[in-house]
Amino acid sequence: MLLQLHEPGESPAPHESERGLAVGIDLGTTNSVVAVARDGDTEVLRDADGKGLIPSVVYYAADGEITVGQDARRMLLEYPDRVVSSVKRLMGRGTEDLKTLAGTLPFKLDVAADGGMVRLSVAGRTLTPVEVSADILRAVKARAEAAQGKTVDRAVVTVPAYFDDAARTATKDAARLAGLEVLRLVNEPTAAALAYGLDNAAEGLYVVYDLGGGTFDVSILRMEKGVFQVKATGGDASLGGDDIDHAIAERFLAERTAEHGAETITEGEAKQALAAARVAKECLSSRREGDWVIEVDGKPSRHKMTRDQLEALAAPLAERTVGICRNVIEDAGIEVSEIKGVVLVGGSTRMPLIRRKVKDIFGLDPLADINPDEVVAVGAALQAEALTIGSDTLLLDVTPLSLGIETMGGIVEKVIPRNTPIPVAMAQEFTTYQDGQTAMAIHVLQGEREMVDQCRSLARFVLRGIPNMAAGAARIRVTFTVDADGLLTVAASEATTGVEQQVAVKPSYGLTDDEMANMLRDSLVHAKDDMEQRLFAETAVEARRSVLAVQAALKVDSDLLSDAERKDIDSAIGRVDQTIASNDRDAVTAAMEALEAATKTFAERRMDRGIRAALAGVSVDKLDDALGE
Amino acid sequence: MNASAVAAVSPCWSCKGPVATRALFCSVCGAVQGPGAIDHYSRLGMTPSFDIDQDQLQTQYFGFQRRLHPDRFAAKSAREKALSQSQATALNEAYETLKDPLKRAAYLLGLLGHPVDLTACGTINDRELLMEQMEKREALSEATTPEQVAKLAMENESEVIACQCHISAAFNSGNLDEASHLSIRLKYLVKLAEEARSKKSRITRLP
Repeated sequence: MLLQLHEPGESPAPHESERGLAVGIDLGTTNSVVAVARDGDTEVLRDADGKGLIPSVVYYAADGEITVGQDARRMLLEYPDRVVSSVKRLMGRGTEDLKTLAGTLPFKLDVAADGGMVRLSVAGRTLTPVEVSADILRAVKARAEAAQGKTVDRAVVTVPAYFDDAARTATKDAARLAGLEVLRLVNEPTAAALAYGLDNAAEGLYVVYDLGGGTFDVSILRMEKGVFQVKATGGDASLGGDDIDHAIAERFLAERTAEHGAETITEGEAKQALAAARVAKECLSSRREGDWVIEVDGKPSRHKMTRDQLEALAAPLAERTVGICRNVIEDAGIEVSEIKGVVLVGGSTRMPLIRRKVKDIFGLDPLADINPDEVVAVGAALQAEALTIGSDTLLLDVTPLSLGIETMGGIVEKVIPRNTPIPVAMAQEFTTYQDGQTAMAIHVLQGEREMVDQCRSLARFVLRGIPNMAAGAARIRVTFTVDADGLLTVAASEATTGVEQQVAVKPSYGLTDDEMANMLRDSLVHAKDDMEQRLFAETAVEARRSVLAVQAALKVDSDLLSDAERKDIDSAIGRVDQTIASNDRDAVTAAMEALEAATKTFAERRMDRGIRAALAGVSVDKLDDALGE
Repeated sequence: MNASAVAAVSPCWSCKGPVATRALFCSVCGAVQGPGAIDHYSRLGMTPSFDIDQDQLQTQYFGFQRRLHPDRFAAKSAREKALSQSQATALNEAYETLKDPLKRAAYLLGLLGHPVDLTACGTINDRELLMEQMEKREALSEATTPEQVAKLAMENESEVIACQCHISAAFNSGNLDEASHLSIRLKYLVKLAEEARSKKSRITRLP
């Protein structure tokens, strides 16, 4: 048998060829885009008509059939109660949040649902935003598979930089439901910067201004030799082109009321008015004026609008983005004059008003040589390639919002401030306020304001088992960890006694593990096989790693073994290899344990030799030299 | 057995052989190691000093992140992913501490066995500092135009720079009491700068 050997630290991604394709997905409020990268060349995957944009619209037919994209959008006027659009605005939202959003959303919400995640009533079904997003992602996956003739099972999915933890978790859950392993959640402006920066060898400080259908993000990045370091990010997770559509539609409807008197407007008519408003908005980017028709109760009416009128309607939105940009410049601690370029992302940046505002704030003409609809997906595809094949580029992102804990009096104590580079782990100590207090409620919040009710509740949990002590004597250490996806985990421990308790945080607006498991079961015919396969793949990666590690050790220290001992280890390796081929996870685990047992003495002798070498003095430096930079 | 020699090597979690405690990767099997308990300067390959070259710091930080960031381990085993996350987290903490003059001064004082607590918001013991800060705060609260605030901010900024120079001199002459004293002053100057910034944006944004 020939052994495969590799240079230390340079082991290739294991058996890449066995895996399906990894793609980049921009899951947008209005449209979604999927792209793939090969050797740094990127391609947006298109339909037969050459369209890269897949409308993020889902049609639920009476027979249970699900249609996504352009065809679903066509059904909007005919079957408004069976079509869902702009669902991204509901990701990670709770029923409480909707009090502020109600009336601006083209959804019928299931009011019966108590607390927790929002639910939609569509075509007689009750659906979570996660499930609707999963339906969109399934269609995106299918398009990619059709275009590439290959299974697509992994993806980098982009999220607005300003998405909070609940919305990020919801997005990741949606991808899992759609049968996609999320390699990484990447912030949309960062993905855009990656695509733009690599293409143009950009160096220096750049701003990404991303105004989409439902979200606004602005990020300031330093690009340098393949490193994309986010200095500061800001935004508003419910501010976008949709808001302008609403303003136009309201104006058209008000004009009708002035002419025809008050009318009762059905859901379908409202959606149709919104559709007309959208067309008007888009047309007025290239034309100075035009007129559009809406229909209520079978009676059409014609509405005239000029670009100046549109801009007057859109001005408040544009001003809000200006304010957010100023804050971000301040957070980044930079001067406007240091900025080398502004990259525009999102369809709404096609509006001449927005382009003028951007120029006003940054004193620069925005870079217009990129397609604002596709640049995010292209960046995601580049990152997907970097994560699976490897690359020299590096994305260093930050937390968009401060994370903290509720303390006495409803005040939020910040644990991780916004714009902290991720991954990050920070701890804060709290104490008890009553003698003999043995439990403590921990309320995790996200946001910039001082008071609990002004911040967003992420999770609540109770730390139990605090030893009986006087008030103020216990030292409860709460650790917040944010990973490279921007996802938070919280752990708490009592420091004086060392009583440690890892607490699983149940998100306030997320799906519980049970709900997720049920959805996986319901949604995928082969859900169980799928899960089992994923678990097996993870075990196989682990098994291959141990075999490679033992082989590497044998290469250096085989003189420590007798022939018989060597034979034992070789056969244990052989068994691991065999079980990997067998597709039996338990067998692999057993073979790995056997390998560990077979190499125990070998490992001890290697450690002895290492310590003796260290004692000899000379070799310590040699070791350091070999292992250091 | 010689304790330092034993401490210098520990078993690699992956191949179980000896690996230098400070090593990032095992030289035999190539597996990434845990971040280990080393100081922020060593972690980023910098010499412990208050005076640091920001460009060099950034280059070192980028260099280490290129090798250790979780993005480099996306296709690896769960254990390697978790270790790279701890490594990248430790690098971020080291970088954020050393990048900022105030955090760097406090950290270096702790490293040199002369800890100063900058998080405590207790009273100012130093009469002179107290008077100075009260006057400045009053001037800031009385300022009504962006220009007035900008002027105060600029004056404060030059004091921040001067204070950093004095801290550097104190460290270089080994006067840690003085360095500690000046760090507390720097903390208040930095705080005032923040307040001036937020006041400036507040009054600039009024219609």
